[in-house]
Amino acid sequence: MNKKYLQEDLLRMSGVNPKKCMRCGKCSATCPAYDEMEYHPHQFVSMVDEGDIEPLLSSESLYRCLSCFACIERCPRGVEPAKLVEAVRLVAIRKQGENHMTANDVPALWEEDLPQQAIVSAFRKYSK
Amino acid sequence: MKVSYFPGCTLKTKATDLNEYTFKTAEALGVTLEEIENWQCCGGVFTMAKDEVATKLSSVRALKEAFAKEQPLMTVCSACHNVIKQTNHAMQTDKEFAAKVNRYMADTPYEGEAQVYHYLELLRDVVGFDAVKEKVSDVLKGKKIAAYYGCLLLRPGKVMQMDDPENPTIMEDFIRAIGATPVVYAKRNECCGGYIAMESPSLAKKNSQGVVENAKAQGAEMIITACPLCKYNLIKNGADIPVVYFTELLAIALGIKEDTHE
Ligand code: SF4
Ligand code: SF4
Repeated sequence: MNKKYLQEDLLRMSGVNPKKCMRCGKCSATCPAYDEMEYHPHQFVSMVDEGDIEPLLSSESLYRCLSCFACIERCPRGVEPAKLVEAVRLVAIRKQGENHMTANDVPALWEEDLPQQAIVSAFRKYSK
Repeated sequence: MKVSYFPGCTLKTKATDLNEYTFKTAEALGVTLEEIENWQCCGGVFTMAKDEVATKLSSVRALKEAFAKEQPLMTVCSACHNVIKQTNHAMQTDKEFAAKVNRYMADTPYEGEAQVYHYLELLRDVVGFDAVKEKVSDVLKGKKIAAYYGCLLLRPGKVMQMDDPENPTIMEDFIRAIGATPVVYAKRNECCGGYIAMESPSLAKKNSQGVVENAKAQGAEMIITACPLCKYNLIKNGADIPVVYFTELLAIALGIKEDTHE
């Protein structure tokens, strides 16, 4: 996809203005998934701003975000990084055949007492 | 008082006790819950992207039905509450999004008019914690209880508006109202890992254990939650103190349920 178009689309979908970021790193410092992420919330903001989007699109980091809204709450500039993480993830999984999780994966992940809520949430985040 | 009620998928399956004691305790406190007819699953997590419409329709339909009945809409599962409240906020504030959604709706356009309460908010703001206090026995007296908010009840604070997202008091006030003693600890509003339990159980384990250890270090004998997934993650990852729904404790305090915890 055209790089400029992709960048504009991500900003439109997320409503995020990466120019507001002052690169303090607070979003990443508070992120409970930090240790398992290759690119951290503040990097999503700066990399989208720089148009360096391809590495994000193929990174497992997209599937490590917990949607806990901590970075949204705690960013001192109101940048709301998780909205960008989500927009990039949607661009990745909306492509045909690119679902990160499908119904076929569920039996192997299923546990007796796992609440339905976990499965519907995972589907909402990992597949289209 | 009559209130529309959205139970959600998990309360009809793995968390039927959460559903049952919500109904029974509300009734005992003078609130009759009317379940939304033909409600559909909220989807578990709010999709933040502004161009996601279909994933938010089930919430709007429930909101619209409550509004048509001139009732507030009440939820009890933290996840349903978060999704429905954020969707309602988007309907109020994002005209373009609301217009897209309304194309799928019959009759009058909906613009986020319904009032949304979590059961805890209803207890605080409508029933009143003082009224709760008057109705409970002292069976829970002296019990040290840690409130586990997790992420979904409070955040994003400017949308959820339940309480101060970094220094909440609603669950501690609830614990006081049912006669027990709240334990405050740092990780009460940090994430248990949520649905990551499926993708990366080790990450859920790390987060959940951190919450339980922190609560215990502050002297908690029990943890309460409103969320089936928080409860699952904490127990699955080895919580060695009881993790229970706040509604169960309310039922015990009101004499609706026997106290089976030590
Ligand atoms: S917390 Fe906000 S301002 Fe700081 S690095 Fe993250 S996005 Fe930028
Ligand atoms: S919402 Fe995602 S990116 Fe933001 S702090 Fe939580 S896990 Fe990290």
